[in-house]
Amino acid sequence: MFDRILQEAPEFLTVENLVFLAEAAGRTLGMTLIGCSVGMVLGLLIAVLRQSRARALLPLRAVVILYVETFRRIPFLVIIFIVLFVIEPLVPGVSLLGIATVAVCLLSTAFLSEIVRAGLEAVPRQQVEGARTLNFNELQTLVKVILPQAWRVILPPAAAFVVMFIKDTSLASQIGVIELTFAGKMLVNRGFSPVLGFGAILASYFLLSYPLSRLAAALEKRLASP
Amino acid sequence: MHHLEIHNLSSAYGSHQILRGVTLEADRGEVISLIGPSGSGKSTLLRVLIGLTPPTDGQVFVAGQPVDYMSRKSLRALRNRMSIVFQQYNLFQNMTVMRNVTVAPVEIRRRPRAEAERDARAWLEKVGMAHKHDAYPENLSGGQQQRVAIARALAMNPEILLLDEVTSALDPERVNEVLDTIRSLTSEGITMVIVSHEMAFVREVSTRVAMMDEGRIVEYGSPAQIFDAPREQRTRDFVSKILRH
Amino acid sequence: MDYTFQFEQVLPQLPYLLGGALVTLQIAFVTFWAGAVIGVGGAIAKVYGGTGARRIASSYVTFFTNTPALVQVFLLYYALPDAGVLLESMTAVLIGLTLNAGAYLTEIIRAGVISVRRSEMEAAIALGLSRLQILRHVILPHIARTIYAPLSNFFVWLVLGSSVAALFGVEELTGRAINISTANLRSIETFTVIAVIYVALTLVASTSLALVGRWAFRVRAKVF
Repeated sequence: MFDRILQEAPEFLTVENLVFLAEAAGRTLGMTLIGCSVGMVLGLLIAVLRQSRARALLPLRAVVILYVETFRRIPFLVIIFIVLFVIEPLVPGVSLLGIATVAVCLLSTAFLSEIVRAGLEAVPRQQVEGARTLNFNELQTLVKVILPQAWRVILPPAAAFVVMFIKDTSLASQIGVIELTFAGKMLVNRGFSPVLGFGAILASYFLLSYPLSRLAAALEKRLASP
Repeated sequence: MHHLEIHNLSSAYGSHQILRGVTLEADRGEVISLIGPSGSGKSTLLRVLIGLTPPTDGQVFVAGQPVDYMSRKSLRALRNRMSIVFQQYNLFQNMTVMRNVTVAPVEIRRRPRAEAERDARAWLEKVGMAHKHDAYPENLSGGQQQRVAIARALAMNPEILLLDEVTSALDPERVNEVLDTIRSLTSEGITMVIVSHEMAFVREVSTRVAMMDEGRIVEYGSPAQIFDAPREQRTRDFVSKILRH
Repeated sequence: MDYTFQFEQVLPQLPYLLGGALVTLQIAFVTFWAGAVIGVGGAIAKVYGGTGARRIASSYVTFFTNTPALVQVFLLYYALPDAGVLLESMTAVLIGLTLNAGAYLTEIIRAGVISVRRSEMEAAIALGLSRLQILRHVILPHIARTIYAPLSNFFVWLVLGSSVAALFGVEELTGRAINISTANLRSIETFTVIAVIYVALTLVASTSLALVGRWAFRVRAKVF
């Protein structure tokens, strides 16, 4: 096995292959960042919705709670497949990358909404009451009082979630998205040794994930309540 | 016409009745203190007055005008005339002292920032916290934070000021600085409703004192009457227990 | 869109799918406990081991927690034959997922181990307890209480993560769904049904774990 690796290494480590891997890594990163950004925004909306007590919004709140509790309990692989089967007939010609990103958004919204919700609830009630007695409306209270204090509680677990998600995007390879994992399979199919092929992929994931996980750990340390 | 009139005010939490038909009135500039054992509903009364807890029965009038606690518009109007200071966590932790005091006048009342800051400085001087205008709440002691909270409430120029056990969460050394601040305010002409355990202070500054127990006003009269010659047994029991310490 | 939902094509297959759910649970179970063995070893190495042991454990954890389980299993599955080791799908998947789980469990258990406060130990020593007694009555119960909730959550995570096995032909829940849908072409219905089964599985798992936790450790965990 090792002779094979040594033999193939020079053919493997060509500029062409490295560019190919870089593009695939770009897709991995792209799915993660876009998905988690969308998830953060929608998650915030959902968290705010869940905190409100407006009776008119009750049906919407029920739908949202059902969505969050369900999507957190389904494997990402299954979500990706379902999104594929639903969207593909509906929107012919949609890119696989787009489908995968939609799946990422669906899952990340569910998880991030819980993280945001915990952050919003961590702000002491008296802060919100104080704002109300000063005649702040709901939006002003949220923007000027709650969010500036909640983000410290939200950021560390959110960062950890993003780091975890980079790895989950590997499942997008199963519907044909040419991200890192699929790229690895392609290289192995071209005849390279699996150790070289998948080893390079593992190294690529590591290069993406490790710095971010250190950043997340540093955030956790700095923002953890004294 | 009384400045503040409370008629038969009741409030319940589920099946638990917290206020049972409270009736009280205060004239402009009077200082009314609420005393009584824990759980008697004193803080709840203040919360209901400012609209944080809904009343289940009764009426409240401010300068003759009835307050509709179900109407947003009415609540806004009420809070333009009435301010409250809580026991703790009053100040917005993410803003400096100056910003805490000016945020409502500037953002809610739409006053020009320079004008609001001038007024804020005056109120901060009055409570003795002008030198800390740039500090964040986490760098202030409990007593300092409470004094800023009072300044913030006053910056809204309320006719009625509610103080809910504002010294109860403070270290003993800090209590007096806040009491001194409150004492200096009693001559400003603001109608004040104070919930406090500081009996000597209550006796000194109050126009009238209300003894509450189990959600009701047991007795309502001058400090001399409540503390020296209480008519009701429960008042007698409470006062003698307190004064024994 | 002209699509008529035909759940009748899937529902008769329910027993088959539930059999797959059982396999899913088995995978989660095996990888959890085998991973826990690694986790205990790794945690002890990281907390009490010498420089060499610490470095090995650290590298192991860092590697397996920063790379996807899917690729780890791919490597195992495709590379081992090259080295002359031929493994059955299920075995390769179990080994890969166990190694993955072991890394995360090392960190969970390590957090529990270092959470034992010195004061607790010193109090026990002062009371005259032997080292074995201290271990049994003070340290282990404390660690168990601390790590129970994270371990429960991790187990549920493993249940969901076991779906990766389907990609290697293992006939757990997702794998059986793939089988069915390639036959009856009712992909949406089939996968919707297994989505529901997964939700039910994880709800039952987390609820029972929470209840056991409350009863055994008086751990105040969220039941739902």
